[in-house]
This record gives sequence, structure tokens and C-alpha cells, in this order.
Amino acid sequence: MTAKPQLRALEGRSGGYYGLLGILVVAIGLGLLAAVLKSTHGHHITGMDNQIVWGLPHVFAIFLIVAASGALNVASIASVFGRTIYKPLAPLSGLLAVALLAGGLAILVLDLGRPDRLVVAMTHYNFKSIFAWNIFLYTGFMAIVLVYLWFLMERRMNGYAPAAGMLAFVWRLILTTGTGAIFGFLVAREAYDAAILAPLFIAMSFAFGLAVFLLITLAAYRWSERPLGDLILHRLKNLLGIFVAAVLYFVAVYHLTNLYATRLHGVEAFLLLGGGVYPLLFWVGQIVLGSLLPLALLFHPVWSRSRKVIATASALVILGGLAQLYVIIIGGQAYPMDMFPGLEVSSSFHDGVVAPYTPTLVEFLLGIGGVGLALFLVVVAIRFLHFLPVSLADHKVDPHHATRADTGTASAGT
Amino acid sequence: MSQKTSAPLSRRQFITGAAAAVASVTVAPGVFLMRPAEAGTAEGVRWGLLIDSNRCGDCNACVTACHEENGVRGMDRPRTDAQWIRKVELRDPETGYSHSLPVMCQHCEHPPCEDVCPTGASFRRADGIVLVNKHTCIGCRYCMMACPYKARSFIHETLTDQAAHAPRGKGTVESCTLCVHRIDRGERTTACVEACHEQGNGAMIFGDLNDPDSAISRELAEHGGTAIRADLGLNPGVRYQGI
Repeated sequence: MTAKPQLRALEGRSGGYYGLLGILVVAIGLGLLAAVLKSTHGHHITGMDNQIVWGLPHVFAIFLIVAASGALNVASIASVFGRTIYKPLAPLSGLLAVALLAGGLAILVLDLGRPDRLVVAMTHYNFKSIFAWNIFLYTGFMAIVLVYLWFLMERRMNGYAPAAGMLAFVWRLILTTGTGAIFGFLVAREAYDAAILAPLFIAMSFAFGLAVFLLITLAAYRWSERPLGDLILHRLKNLLGIFVAAVLYFVAVYHLTNLYATRLHGVEAFLLLGGGVYPLLFWVGQIVLGSLLPLALLFHPVWSRSRKVIATASALVILGGLAQLYVIIIGGQAYPMDMFPGLEVSSSFHDGVVAPYTPTLVEFLLGIGGVGLALFLVVVAIRFLHFLPVSLADHKVDPHHATRADTGTASAGT
Repeated sequence: MSQKTSAPLSRRQFITGAAAAVASVTVAPGVFLMRPAEAGTAEGVRWGLLIDSNRCGDCNACVTACHEENGVRGMDRPRTDAQWIRKVELRDPETGYSHSLPVMCQHCEHPPCEDVCPTGASFRRADGIVLVNKHTCIGCRYCMMACPYKARSFIHETLTDQAAHAPRGKGTVESCTLCVHRIDRGERTTACVEACHEQGNGAMIFGDLNDPDSAISRELAEHGGTAIRADLGLNPGVRYQGI
């Protein structure tokens, strides 16, 4: 139907390009510096302790890993669901998935107590551990997406791309289930131990991944001055709105289920009302700024036509996602475990009290380093390899667009 | 005969013997680290503790003794300092009744820490003792997320002056070993239990839960005992009375 999309590497000779590359290299350097400081001095220089064992680095890492699988959405829609208008963007989608995953995994590994023992993690497996499974899911995802990219970009292998796309799609669903299960399988803590965390994480990955994808696409086309039509952009922004609504749905079901169980009223009151920074991040960060405002922006009949508005909404979804993960990961640990139901508990090991947590600069820099690595890989790859379509103008992505636009069906029928 | 055995070794014998000696010195610690020593544990044993919170006094003797025994010293940073055992104060808000008890690794039959550990560093010995293999722990802290008893500590900084029998390395996770070094030497008590007896409280009993004639089993059979978070079905090796 559509003409073969023409993909071409960026020129990448402008001052802006090198400036961006420089900023990302600095970010990676700062991340590495943080990792060195942490392994030299130990984790006591971070805000993490024996109560809050996973902190800000894990918020960044899990965001990137979750967004990685979601960044593959566009490729999946093209290869698995046969929507040809997304086809030109499929390689960028796959590239983003690999890069985000690499950034997230780098943070996770560098935050280990013994990052030097990575080889142990690669050679000793306990297959009852969802963590061990995730090691295979993450590396497998990377390998599958790389092969898929090869099939997409090598003309002789194009015929195999749909099959590889299907495998990658199924794999990313399992992968995000595995990421949600890291928390879902924790029977001891009130805020976790819920099967719904797996589908919640899948919905989150759809939303975060697409938000990142939209921002990168808008930036790449603006800075490279290549044409980007409204057709594909408006379909994607509508899709983002639906994914944000899906996250809201799962969040609502999660909290309503917990609110029904009296034994979980304490943790719900903590996360939704009295827990200080966590209710604030939940209501203001995740719900209002990260969900309701983007929904209004994305579906407003006039505002949503503006690219600035779409970019703002995508950025808000990302910030809301970080807030959501902060509440899930750190809020879930801050609430004291109910070891002795019905009794007041205290000890020198901080039993029975809410654990305080103040992230430090070291943790922030480690997170920024991972984000920097992910973006660096993308920026370098689109400079040297043919990832970006030369044009995403409406008539290029859909030759029938001109005739269809007359009947007023330019936006997706979602 | 004696002349024959005391004859000087041939070069081949010497080299073979030396190689065997080097090999056993190199391999033996690894072998014995992972396997309960013969003196320690007979087949079918399950080591455990019974703690009577009605007898548990205001003292901290068990905590001090444990940390002394295993070289667990604080750096005056309460949030990151390791605690292998801690005294927990309990108060019933309905009645005002308060009491206290020590909490340590509960040495579960189905330990969540072992389930979630990606490398298998968290493991349970055949005699029921749950340990961390310090050689394969990568410091991911997932076991600390999973433990319902908050029994584990992460080593947040470089440590010096450690006890030879309790190696502790920065960046790994640790917890109560049920004084496994004593058990493997053939002793039948732990530092905490010993200190509790010396203190005159007698609130703690160590023993074999699988031996119906052991003091711990007889006491449990006579007066019963409960597990913390029994609802999780983990069948801990540490039991309590008077919670």
C-alpha cells in the first residue's frame, strides 16, 4: 500500500547535535562517578538503609525498563497488528526499546552491593526467583529486538520481520509481567503482594514508553528539520491518552480492592492520605499532573492540535510515571510491616515506624547517568544508522490521506 | 617395617603428595563451607529456638552477646548499622499490656529470602539453618524486600576487625546464622541463648525441633508455641510463647 519508507541517518554535523552529545556524555560521566563513589564508600553515602533498601536509583531503573518495553509499541502496531502507517517508525521504536533497557539495566547493576559480581548473576541461577527470570527476560528482549531490527532494516530479511515482531511483542508482555511481579510476588509487604501489579505495569509500560517515543520523535524531527505530518502524530497522541486512562483504571482497581480489606486500611491511609510526601506525589504528581492534565491536553479539541501541547502532555506522563514509581517502590517500603497485628511495636531497628527516606545527590546522578546512556545510544544510532524516515509528512505515511482528509477522518478511529 | 615407612620419599612421591596436599587445602574449605560438618548435624535434625516472651526481661543480653560473638559492631549510624537480633517492644493498645521479645532470622522452612534470591546465595541447610553464601551474594537486597521479619541487614560500608568465623563483606546481605560455627563445632547452644541463661531469665531454648525428646520439643509439646506471621505458612524454626 504505502511506498517503501526511506530511512536515512542524520547529518549530525550541527553544533546542536554535538552539544546534545556532550550533555549526554557528561550525564553518563556523572552516573559513573556516582557508581564509583558508591562502591568505594558503600551504600551509607546514599539515602538508602536497612529499612528503605531500594531507593531513587530503582525508580529511574524501573521507569526505564518499563518504558523500554512500551517504546516497542509503535513497532508492534506495525508488525503485529498490520497498521502500515506506523511502519516507517518501527526501527526507531525498536532502537528506543533497546536503548532504554540498556540505561535501566546499567543503573540496576551499578546499584548492586557488588556490581563486580555481575558474572555471578550470569552464572548462578535460582529459577524460583523472578529476578533470575528477569535476567533472561531482559537479555532475551534485547537480543530479540536487535534481530527484529535487523529483519526490518535488511531488505533481504524483511519477510521475517512480522514473525520477529510477534515474538518481540509476546516477549515484552511477559517481560513487563515479570517486572510487575518483582513487587507482586512480595507476600510480606502490605503495599505489594497483588497480582494486579503485573497488568498495571503493562499499562504503565504502554503509557510511559509511548510518551518517551513521542517526545523523542518530536525532538528528532524538529531538530533535523525533517517533515512530520499531523496524521501519525495525532493517532499516537490519542493512543497515549488511552494508555494513560488504562493506567488510571488499574490504579483505581488496585486501591479499591485494598480499601475493601480492613487489614489494608492502614497502608491505604498512608499512601492516599497521611503519608506526607507519598499522598502528595500520588494525588498531585501521578493523578492530577501525570494523568488528568495530560488527558485533558491530549483530547482537548483545540489544544491537542498543537505540538507543544502534545510534547507537554508526554513530558507530564513521564513525570507522573516517575512519581507513581516513587510511591510504589519507596512508599511501599516506608510503611512498616505488620509483624504483630493489633499491637504497637517499637525497637532500635525502627520496627513499627514509618521509615524516612531522603534521596541523595549520588542516587540522583546514578539515575541521570542511566537516562543519559539510553539517550546517548539513541542519538548516536540515528546519526550512524538509517533509523529515521526522511519524511513523515501525511502523504508519505498514507498515500490515501489526501483523499481521506476531505471526508474529515484524519485522526485515528480510536 | 618402620624402617620402610620412614624411608626418604622418592621425587615422584613427594610431588604427588605435595599436589594432593595443596589440592585438599584449596578445595577443602569450599567443600566444608557448604556442607554441615559431621560433628554439627546428624541427618534429620532441624535446629530451632523457642522464646518465652513472658520470661524475657528488660535486658539486652541476647543482642549484646550475639553481636559480640559475631563481630557485629555499629558505626553509630542507626539507620544503616547491621542488627542480627533486636529486642522488639510490644504493647496492646486495648489493654495497655506490654512485653518484649528478641527477633532474629526465623530460619523458615520455606524462606521467602531463598525464593527471591536470583543467584541462590540465600539458602537453607539440610538442618534448617538459613544462611547467605557470602561468595555469591551480589547485594541486590531483594531478600530484604521479601523477608517478613525484617531480619536482614545490608553492609553499607567497609568493615574491619571481623570475627574469623563470621565473614562480613561490604555490599552483601547478612543475618543471624543461628551460631552455625558453634553447631558445626558440635556445641549445642547459641550466643543469645547462653547469654539469656547467664542473665537468669531462661527465656530462650535452643534445640532440635525434630527430636521429640529434646528440651525444645518437650516444652512446645507441653505448653505450645506460635510463629510470628504464622498466616504466611513459612513454618519458621523460631517459635514464641506469650505473644
